[in-house]
Amino acid sequence: MSASVTTAPAAAGTALWERDAVLAVDHLTMRFGGLVAVNDLSFRAGRGDITALIGPNGAGKTTVFNCITGFYKPTEGMMTLRQEEGATYLLERLPGHSVNWKARVARTFQNIRLFTGMTVLENLLVAQHNKLMIASGFSVLGLLGIGPYRADEARAIEKAKYWLDKIGLTDRADDPAGDLPYGDQRRLEIARAMCTDPILLCLDEPAAGLNPRESNELNRLLLDIRRDQGTSLLLIEHDMSVVMEISDHVVVLDYGTKIADGTPGEIRDDPKVIAAYLGVEDDEVEKVEAEVGV
Amino acid sequence: MNAPHAMTAGTAAPATARYDWGAALKDASLAALVTLGLCIPIVLLRTDQGAGVDLLLRPRIGMVASFVAAVFAARLLHHVLLARRAGRPLVEQKAEVRTTPNAVPWAKMGLYAFMGVAMSFPLIVFLIQGGLSESRYWVDLGILVLTYVMLGWGLNIVVGLAGLLDLGYVAFYAVGAYSYALLSTTFGLSFWICLPLAGILAAFWGMLLGFPVLRLRGDYLAIVTLAFGEIIRLVLINWVDFSGGGAGISSIPRVTFFGVPFSADEGGFASLFGLTFSPMHRVIFLYYLILGLAFLTAFVTLRLRKLPVGRAWEALREDEIACRSLGINTTNTKLTAFATGAMFGGFAGSFFAVRQGFISPESFTFLESAVILAIVVLGGMGSQLGVAIAAIVMVAGPELLRNLGFLKAVFGESFDPNEFRFLIFGLGMVAMMIWRPRGLISEREPTAILKERRAISGSHVKEGHG
Repeated sequence: MSASVTTAPAAAGTALWERDAVLAVDHLTMRFGGLVAVNDLSFRAGRGDITALIGPNGAGKTTVFNCITGFYKPTEGMMTLRQEEGATYLLERLPGHSVNWKARVARTFQNIRLFTGMTVLENLLVAQHNKLMIASGFSVLGLLGIGPYRADEARAIEKAKYWLDKIGLTDRADDPAGDLPYGDQRRLEIARAMCTDPILLCLDEPAAGLNPRESNELNRLLLDIRRDQGTSLLLIEHDMSVVMEISDHVVVLDYGTKIADGTPGEIRDDPKVIAAYLGVEDDEVEKVEAEVGV
Repeated sequence: MNAPHAMTAGTAAPATARYDWGAALKDASLAALVTLGLCIPIVLLRTDQGAGVDLLLRPRIGMVASFVAAVFAARLLHHVLLARRAGRPLVEQKAEVRTTPNAVPWAKMGLYAFMGVAMSFPLIVFLIQGGLSESRYWVDLGILVLTYVMLGWGLNIVVGLAGLLDLGYVAFYAVGAYSYALLSTTFGLSFWICLPLAGILAAFWGMLLGFPVLRLRGDYLAIVTLAFGEIIRLVLINWVDFSGGGAGISSIPRVTFFGVPFSADEGGFASLFGLTFSPMHRVIFLYYLILGLAFLTAFVTLRLRKLPVGRAWEALREDEIACRSLGINTTNTKLTAFATGAMFGGFAGSFFAVRQGFISPESFTFLESAVILAIVVLGGMGSQLGVAIAAIVMVAGPELLRNLGFLKAVFGESFDPNEFRFLIFGLGMVAMMIWRPRGLISEREPTAILKERRAISGSHVKEGHG
């Protein structure tokens, strides 16, 4: 299958994200029975970049996310995560929970998945589960009340406070997460993912359902995260204002295949992208029909 | 039932809304009609033994009429209550909604109160009944209730916290009981050595069950756990060489006061402490033994809830996929929940064996699992106090309903309250499902607070997918 892949025109492969990629996806293919959801997809997400994955509905974006974050095992392909210290993880080989704990990839969900019956604070503490588990001596020491658990829990609460402050929910820390309005739930989910100290944060449509003001706040939050934490971001988004405003690098998918890859400016003018989103002009259809012989 | 929607009408225009009495009357008549339909096959005809072998049919029209009238009146009364509520001004209703359910201090106080009453129960009974042997019935009932409180608290870890529906909990109870019975009769080990061993063995079996069911959710999980409970029971029946089969194991060594037997002779408990011998010493010791075990269960559960593993259990109940995305090893988390719950089941089982002195597979039927699960669901999943109250209601309730002699004054001398105690019990359960469908105490207490402790309304708390 010779998929028509437009390589980034920026100086043939020396784009920033090619030089220091936090995530390298190579020849990723995901089949569900006969359906090819993702077809031979390769792209790089640069360290410290905000990479956007866009495409029409059903293009396979969320499937890519599910492969990266360990919810699906890809049919073919390789996903390499390089940490700054040099450690390398092949994400497709890690068990589901290790993608977050070892490789430090965190994610949010398209339909928000908070622990609605737990308080906002508890949500952020659950995110720090593994560290606290070790601190509590895998519950044995914690049960007996010995060991460093108390101090570590206080530290975890401090960290939660930091993120609550960041997303402006300090006043609602003791309310159940299910009580929050939609926009706050979105931000809380991002904060919860950030509490796992990720080096790559994958956001599945973070701006969906937000009004323009909330969407602006979200942009600021994401830029802050990149600046203060040095976390690389990978996001799926339909809201083009978000994509064009904050992303450094855009990858466009259509029918599971990459059709464009470049800076937002390049993508905006790419005829293939315009065709995928808006359809092609009539004379082109006629041309194709003539070739096929209808 | 097509009840008039007084509530919604009331909230819309409370002061002006007039209650639709015609509809209320119609609804009450309909309920009475349904009762009549039900009463005709069930209550109307009574068969009495005639002079010889023949049966005499005796119609009880008066009784049917009184039932129908009672239902009609009750339904109408319900409507009167609804009408009064609808008549209330809107402002008052709003104020009701504003007060957040702050049941936390209340629930905690309740738990302490329960502990206090449980600790002093034998003394209270002794003072009321005026003697050791006279209070035997009540202390025995207390032991039975506390056994179910403990089982409820143990199952609460699996069902209430981790949200895994376990219909085969009695299997671990059986493992615990047979562990003690076999270890003590075969190797002569004492109860105090067997108790932890029984817990460990039950936890081990909990893990064994956990592994195959990790991928299952909801109904499928329930079916497999149900099957597991049955498998254990069938193995105990059929593997005669090992477990004694259906005949069970008898003459299991009785409990000792940390090595001192409760016997009448020299060196026994009574002579050691200079008391006159009474078989009640052993019973009261058993009471405090199960009380201690139950408190241990509650203490460990409350403590675990505030540890990361407890939070992970609750998070697992809320959303398993989100847990995985946060790096929580859901496999291990589920296994620890199964193992911890099973361990307490094992403790309770070995207590059961040492108390009875005889066990057989008959004691570990599915009905037991169902009762324990009903206690957890009735009490409110995850709530310690709720489960304790539910255990009292479920176990002591039918027992206490035996003493309904005063109803004879209402229904006549021929009325036998024993025949109706389960009917009354069932009515109570139906009422529960209507007014508190999420259990007696459905509010959840947060495990960590920043500023202010607020209870979480049960409507937010999920029940788990299995």
